[in-house]
Amino acid sequence: MEVMEEKGREVKDDRVFTWPNLVAKEFLAAIFVTVGLLFYSYVVDAPLRELSDPGQAENPAKAPWYFLGLQEALVYFDPWYAGVILPSIIILGLILIPYLDNNPKGNGYYTFKERKFAVSVFVFGYVFWYVLIYIGTALRGPFWAFFWPWEKWTHDFPTPPPLHDLPLLLGIALMIGFYFLGLVLPALVKKDFFYKLGIVRYVLTMGLLLTMLGTVIKMIFRLVFNVKYIIATPWINI
Amino acid sequence: MKLIPDLIKKITDNEIWRSVFRHGYADTPRNRVLQIISNIWLHLHPAKVREHGTKIRFTWCMGGITFFIFLFETITGILLMFYYVPDVNRAYADIVDLMYVVPFGRFLRNSHRWGAHAMVITVSIHMFRVFLTGSYKPPRQFNWVVGVILLVLTFLLSFTGYLLPWDQLGYWAITVGTNMARATPFLGHEGPFAYILGMRADNDVRFALLGGTMIEAPALLRAYVWHCIAIPVMASALMMVHFWRVRKDGGISGPL
Repeated sequence: MEVMEEKGREVKDDRVFTWPNLVAKEFLAAIFVTVGLLFYSYVVDAPLRELSDPGQAENPAKAPWYFLGLQEALVYFDPWYAGVILPSIIILGLILIPYLDNNPKGNGYYTFKERKFAVSVFVFGYVFWYVLIYIGTALRGPFWAFFWPWEKWTHDFPTPPPLHDLPLLLGIALMIGFYFLGLVLPALVKKDFFYKLGIVRYVLTMGLLLTMLGTVIKMIFRLVFNVKYIIATPWINI
Repeated sequence: MKLIPDLIKKITDNEIWRSVFRHGYADTPRNRVLQIISNIWLHLHPAKVREHGTKIRFTWCMGGITFFIFLFETITGILLMFYYVPDVNRAYADIVDLMYVVPFGRFLRNSHRWGAHAMVITVSIHMFRVFLTGSYKPPRQFNWVVGVILLVLTFLLSFTGYLLPWDQLGYWAITVGTNMARATPFLGHEGPFAYILGMRADNDVRFALLGGTMIEAPALLRAYVWHCIAIPVMASALMMVHFWRVRKDGGISGPL
């Protein structure tokens, strides 16, 4: 190493021996996890209900907790979207992240300042996923009716207000307008952002982002304006 | 405080110890390297790592813990397989036996169940950490992809295990979950455009998942085989790729 430095090249060697610096910590982590799991298993029993009975539906029937965000999305969307297309888009979007994010900064260290856009979008999606899981797990009772944490789950809840669909043409116009403006406006306002990404990355990034935001906006439409579908056709409803 | 050195001396400095262990461990750089590279399990690691990679405040230890819980689940899962038969007439009774009759059966089942939940949590925190450190950036793009697939496999591992107790909780959770497959565009009989491919309840994608139009004996067997064999094999293969790529892509990510 000294030889290299003499040649004028600075070699930074911040490496330490894996044994014991890393291995000791891994060993301790393994012990803590084991003790924690065994202790929890000693204190808390895994759930087991009655023998399954196809004629006696659970109410509410809930998927495992990690899918309850998607089940909660069923309130706002048809199953083809909430249960199939939305999770597919999430997986596809996650897979595409390294190919869409061409910001060379923030590689291998924590930073918000150097990648505000990427971190904000990801953290928003991540938190939203868990918020939906929380609602689906803790706040949904019989018939998937909403109950605050301090309310008792009953079968006797007020009838939800009637829902209506947007007129078809308005719905289509809103949808096209949303994606069109969502794609064009940021490119015009933040030219830098657009040129750095290039057209393909930009369209994919914004398409995924708009779909995520659109999913949230549709939920707001439903909660505030009692809109069932933005676009309702005999073949497909959104 | 000389308590620990004294204690070590007491334990090791006697005839019995020396009869078992022929020589001590000299803490030299050469031995530190050998501990890693001449140990088949530990040589997954490089002999030296960048210092920040050993810091828990950087890695949160979540990837390693996820792998450890996978091993934990494998061992408890194998033990559970000694007692559990995926037969609709027996499955529930086998679980009840585990809870009330088999020695440590309740403990075994509890730890497998809670381990599964813990793994879903740790793997998602691991993904969060990897994102925040930008560790998917070149040259590690593909390993992120492998990681996303492993995340999905973790969900599916847990999901397929959910049906196995054959109780109301698992039965209706899997009902809700697999009913989604009915709504798959083109491929599910209640999904948009299903008529184009002529989908019915007895030939669509949900039928393929369940081996029937309802959750019955074939569905239980399929959940079992996916849970105990198929998905663990796929996940193991991908974990090999995942860990190998960590090494090949330059070890743990860090500031350049």
